[in-house]
Amino acid sequence: MDRELKKGSAELMILALLEARPRHGYEIGKLIEARSGGALRFHVASLYPLLYRLAGRGWIEGRWVERPGQRRRRYYKLTSRGRKVLAAQRSTWESFVAAIHRVTRPERA
Amino acid sequence: MPDWNEDIRRRLATLTLEPTREMEIVEELAQHLDDRYHELRAGGATQADASRAALAELSEGGWLARELRRVERQVAAEPVVPGAGRRHWIGDLWRDLRYGLRTLLRQPVFTGVAALALALGIGGNTAIFSLVNAILLRQLPFRNPEQLVWVSVRRPEPGQFPFTLPDFIDYRDQNRGLDGIAAFANWSANLTDRGDPERLQGLRISANAFLMLGVEAVVGRALLPADDTPGQERVVVLSDGLWKRRFGADPQMVGKPLTLNGASYTVVGVLPPQFFFPIKEAELAIPLAPDADPWRDVRTSVHFLRGLARLKPGVTREQAEADLTAVAQRLRRQYPVANARKVGVTLGPLYEEVVGGFRLALWVLLGAVGVVLLITCVNLANLALARAVARHREMAIRTALGATRWRLVQQLATESLLLAGLGGAAGLLLASYGIDLLLALSPANLPRAAEVGVDFRVLGFTLALSLLAGLIFGLAPAWQATRVSLNDELKESGRGGAGGARQSRARGLLVVSEIALSLVLLVGAGLLVKSFLRLQGVHPGFDAENVLVVRLSLPKGRYPDRAAAAAFHDRLRPRLESLPGVETVGVVSALPLSGTMASIPFTIEGRATAQDEAPRADYRMVSAGYFRALRIPLLAGRAFNERDTSQAPSVALISQKLAHRYWPDGNPVGAHLRIDDNDQGPRPVEIVGVVGDVQHLSLDVEPAPHIYLPLHQAHEDAVVWLTGNQYWLLRTAVDPLTLSAAARREIQAVDRDVPASSIRTMEQYLAASVAPRRFNLWLLTVFAGAALVLAGTGLFGVISCGVAQRTREIGIRVALGAQAGDVLRLVIGQGMSMTLGGIALGLLAAFGLTRLMKSLLFGVSATDPLTFLVTAGLLTFVALLACWIPARRALNVDPMVALREE
Repeated sequence: MDRELKKGSAELMILALLEARPRHGYEIGKLIEARSGGALRFHVASLYPLLYRLAGRGWIEGRWVERPGQRRRRYYKLTSRGRKVLAAQRSTWESFVAAIHRVTRPERA
Repeated sequence: MPDWNEDIRRRLATLTLEPTREMEIVEELAQHLDDRYHELRAGGATQADASRAALAELSEGGWLARELRRVERQVAAEPVVPGAGRRHWIGDLWRDLRYGLRTLLRQPVFTGVAALALALGIGGNTAIFSLVNAILLRQLPFRNPEQLVWVSVRRPEPGQFPFTLPDFIDYRDQNRGLDGIAAFANWSANLTDRGDPERLQGLRISANAFLMLGVEAVVGRALLPADDTPGQERVVVLSDGLWKRRFGADPQMVGKPLTLNGASYTVVGVLPPQFFFPIKEAELAIPLAPDADPWRDVRTSVHFLRGLARLKPGVTREQAEADLTAVAQRLRRQYPVANARKVGVTLGPLYEEVVGGFRLALWVLLGAVGVVLLITCVNLANLALARAVARHREMAIRTALGATRWRLVQQLATESLLLAGLGGAAGLLLASYGIDLLLALSPANLPRAAEVGVDFRVLGFTLALSLLAGLIFGLAPAWQATRVSLNDELKESGRGGAGGARQSRARGLLVVSEIALSLVLLVGAGLLVKSFLRLQGVHPGFDAENVLVVRLSLPKGRYPDRAAAAAFHDRLRPRLESLPGVETVGVVSALPLSGTMASIPFTIEGRATAQDEAPRADYRMVSAGYFRALRIPLLAGRAFNERDTSQAPSVALISQKLAHRYWPDGNPVGAHLRIDDNDQGPRPVEIVGVVGDVQHLSLDVEPAPHIYLPLHQAHEDAVVWLTGNQYWLLRTAVDPLTLSAAARREIQAVDRDVPASSIRTMEQYLAASVAPRRFNLWLLTVFAGAALVLAGTGLFGVISCGVAQRTREIGIRVALGAQAGDVLRLVIGQGMSMTLGGIALGLLAAFGLTRLMKSLLFGVSATDPLTFLVTAGLLTFVALLACWIPARRALNVDPMVALREE
């Protein structure tokens, strides 16, 4: 998948995946991979800086969670600001995709 | 499973973030790689393939570090401005403080115990320092106190001697090096017109003294030079204590009359609270008025005045002393008889006179409590080292992430300082109670006690001490903890070690120093204990048990002569003797161990003595019952009896010391002395008996030769003194204090204007005489006890930790056939080698340091071998005990369990 396209949509994907419930970094990466049918994959070196950037902006929030018999993991959840950003980005993205679609669909003779 | 930290560290080598943040990042990335690795393995990949694929997720070439740094910078969104470096430093400190606080809160038991130990140590130091501060460091509350000197007469024999009134006037008028010289003397008065009569201790002081000292009254005025003029109104100034105690701090007291010794005095002022009289118990002062004292204005009169002076600017003490000595020698030539033995004048700093006697003891106590704090710090350092071992991995990771060693030390030191700050704050609180306790336990003659408290200097001391303590117990472990190499760390953890040999050595050294310090304190305390026991073993020469002492002072106007004083005695004695429980009643002019003393020159009839070599002896006027009341043994001749009246021939008793000195081979009974106790010249008395020596001054001073005269034969010139100083002693068959009220009632019945304000038992006088020693002993013993406990627990901690570290080794030894004795020897041997090292060092240090406290000792050498031996033995025993418990635990190590743990 084109690197620039991935970059432009990465924030939206992460925010969308955290909408339903908190998830840890690995789970986020795996979900992106799975739901994209393997088309999209994030390596450690790009996923975590992105997560930290989103956390720094206050859109998501990380918290260490310990469970019995397991190592502690850092779970991220959407903040209220993140929710608004997600709504805005989602709407922009949908408009964008629709626009692209309209532009790129095959012309009828 | 691979350890990802090494690879992550390599890729983040240039990342320098706040340590906690860095750790979190590394942990999260490692977690991710772990998950990926397990997933690949579950999919059938080999270990090597899975590992390689997981690692491929980390980019090469420092990209990840750059990206993370960029993100962090964006997040911080701090503009780059001048001074940002300083902000960075402050930011680091703030983060360290928060992190430190979180770390401490996560370990409440460690934090609580450490803060409490520090609070006790710092609190103890603060309390003792508050004494040192008020007594030794704070300037005397006078104008230019460094110019003030204490003036005394110099004689051929050692000691300081008082002046006669004519001498004082000569020195005042003829000296050239002093800006002023003042004289004062004890004076006590019966206050009779305001409520219950009360005996008040005061002083007569030349009225220029207050101007010379630069002391102003808080209410009204102090004494002025004009008050010394004859014919002036009688005036008195009150101490702050008396003003508050007796007159409810009534400002209207100024101008009001007080009846003192039957005469009316006008109160002219109240002195400030921090002012202290040269005589500790004095509560009021009247002018000396030299010209109004004709009976003392003769050169052969009693030496009753003490002197205070202020040096002229630019004149040294030595110059002024030489000038006054020249005056003394001129007077000696002018009055060869009266001034024969006055060879000069001595000027000593007033400060020395006031606090000199307490200086060494206070510094020793501060040193001792300082050592206790140091041992506390050493223990905490040990504890911190043990914790540092547990945090080694964290340090290793941080170092691997690029944190400099200085940064790690800074962060650990912040933690220690935070803990020390907590301890310091709690210590300050404890000190405020400790000061009250110290003052309650301190001897009554502690100077400037009213000034003891917490001021800015004490606060500064506590702050500095807290910082120092924090650095002492925090810095070394921090330095040690940050000496990490990731490889070593991994290797050591792989062996199951809890920190390695380096930490064990460091902790062992700390314990050795702790034991050495404890031994120094124990030896010091041991020497004081032995001194005190020796002192307690000194027989005072009398039996203090079941004796009630009542101090009386007869109003001069009502009892002007010997006959009147004798009549009072003859009326009161039978009344007191008839009280149920009273066995004998005696009277003495100067009670042993009361601090009151008097001496007279005498000659032995038939023996030639040069005029300027007349021997002197302490003398006391006593009633017939005195020796029975105190059970002072009669060694030869007879005691006084009711027939020794003013009409009977003059007789005297002498002490054994005097008898031995002047009649080493013979019997002094029947010999005649000429005693110089009056202005008309020496008078003859016959020695009728010899009594045992009495420790009159204190238990640690050799008894002086004594002459006792019968009360009813006291010379008229001495009656003024006798009426002002009468100690009545009641030997009782019951608890003496139960008779206080009855005795007071009988005294009131004889003369309601004679107050009996000071009623104590003889045992209380005895106890008061050793109070300073008891105070030093008590404190030093408490400190030494604390040091012993701390050293024991420190050793216990290290040995326990050692056993835990060596569990596997012990297990293998047992598996290979080691017996219980071998294991015990192994563990106890380790502890005892540290103990013996500490004891050896401690003995050396104690040998040097205890010499400093030589003057606090009595009857024991500063290097007393027995004390050194016993204290070293005690410490060894405690150390054995501290090693025994972990050793027993080592015996229970199951070799199979120990090996399985690997």
